[in-house]
Amino acid sequence: MWNLLQIELFKISKRPRTYIAFVAITAIVAIFQFAFKADGQSYMDLMMQSAKDEFTFDRVQAINGYFMCYIILNTLLIQVPILVALIAADSISGEANMGTLRLLISKPVSRSQIIIVKFAAATIFTIFLLLWMAITALLLSIVIFGTGDMLVFRTKGEDSQIMLITKDDVMWRYYAAFAYATVALTVIAALSLFLSIFAENSIGPIIATVCIVIVCTIISNINVPIIDRNVKPFLFTSYLVGWKGFFYIGTNPDGSTIKGSMENWPAIRNSLLILLAHIGVIVAASIFVFRRKDILS
Amino acid sequence: MKLLTATVFCFCTAMCNAQDAAMALVQKVKAKIDLVNNYEAGGTMKTNVTFLKVPEAQVKIYFKKPNLLKIKNEKGISFVPKGAVSINLNNIVSGSQYTALDAGYDKIGTVKTRIVKLLPADDNADVVLSTLYIDEANLVIMKAKTTTRTNGSYQLDMQFGKYISYGLPDKITFTFNTKDYKLPKGVTFDFDDGTNAGKPAEKTKSGKAEIIFNSYSINKGVADTMFK
Repeated sequence: MWNLLQIELFKISKRPRTYIAFVAITAIVAIFQFAFKADGQSYMDLMMQSAKDEFTFDRVQAINGYFMCYIILNTLLIQVPILVALIAADSISGEANMGTLRLLISKPVSRSQIIIVKFAAATIFTIFLLLWMAITALLLSIVIFGTGDMLVFRTKGEDSQIMLITKDDVMWRYYAAFAYATVALTVIAALSLFLSIFAENSIGPIIATVCIVIVCTIISNINVPIIDRNVKPFLFTSYLVGWKGFFYIGTNPDGSTIKGSMENWPAIRNSLLILLAHIGVIVAASIFVFRRKDILS
Repeated sequence: MKLLTATVFCFCTAMCNAQDAAMALVQKVKAKIDLVNNYEAGGTMKTNVTFLKVPEAQVKIYFKKPNLLKIKNEKGISFVPKGAVSINLNNIVSGSQYTALDAGYDKIGTVKTRIVKLLPADDNADVVLSTLYIDEANLVIMKAKTTTRTNGSYQLDMQFGKYISYGLPDKITFTFNTKDYKLPKGVTFDFDDGTNAGKPAEKTKSGKAEIIFNSYSINKGVADTMFK
């Protein structure tokens, strides 16, 4: 099994498309960092527009590495599923396309093991992708912008909020957020792997994964009560942004924040469990389908 | 007719005396405030505004005559209400371009205070009316309500302790008007943790900032660079 995993990782590392994701992330992060270094005040003015007449605060200090990483993740974690799909959707269909699938299953390993190993390889790729995001979006931003208290802008129902997290209370939230994002993106990897079983080239499953993510994201963001109650809870996309929950700091009744707290840990935990359940179900379905599949290519 | 004239005369005289007394009281308070040319104070600031979730902050407050005031959080970011410059009482009682009206007495806690209303002489001044609750015994302002043309109304509540001889408070509660804060739509992609549904948030239109002073360094000089 370990040998099989090493072979899969070797195959992933040899594909040029693997590095597209890393290059894309680097480019997007660099653009954001340049834009904020050049004119971050404008973004801050946009976010503060209806409160800037009432309060003064240090805008230069507010644009720091922690804030930058949050802004970048907010944008990137919507696009990263596409990058994960690029690799994971190639897992089985890529083999079928190259004509190596029949050879692969003729080896003395079960089909279940093949799926589990392919899934593990896609998961490891996802982890590496997130580590790269952590290095570029967080560490590099800290180097460029420094550290400081972190501002979080949030819309909660009809209300908007500004939360301030002191700088000594930020890093653990990022560790937790990246761990959560790993689970969230692994759902995408599992879905892509599942779809790749049905195709003979990787374009179909990549597009199908992207379409599913886009459609479900749109549904997750439509604020219609009947959809909120009956559809949203069953869509994995409703939980993809759950990492943000780690940055929603708990408050006292007087509105002052409580260091080290989260506003709603049970909601984050439940989201995590739902995502893990999605992974379990999709991987199980992949094994079930792949074991019964006629391999003709 | 003579009786009526005498009554009106007595009333007017009494009014003038009351006004003079109120003005004299304000001038005495001002003289006390004038003892402080500058100060640097350390304290804790707590902000309570519906849309702001911020921790208590350790702040430094710098003041220099006539009206320079800066509140700084040297260890991080603090949201300071713009009207908080009014915690500098010089802003309220400086100059003589106002009319002081005696408005009776009131009690703040156990302290009997004299109410004085200040009406600016300038019709176009931003401050429309200030109401001061003055502790006559100690010559300090315990409470000040100010109504402005452009920034709504705000109120200062002050508690005094060991710096009362300089007219400097140990605790200030600054109450001010706030507007609704709205983020531009579609920029945050927030996590819906299920706490939004069916719970219209209670919206208060006023905010509070409370500063508890730990220490003052009075008349030791404050550099102008502190106010930039």
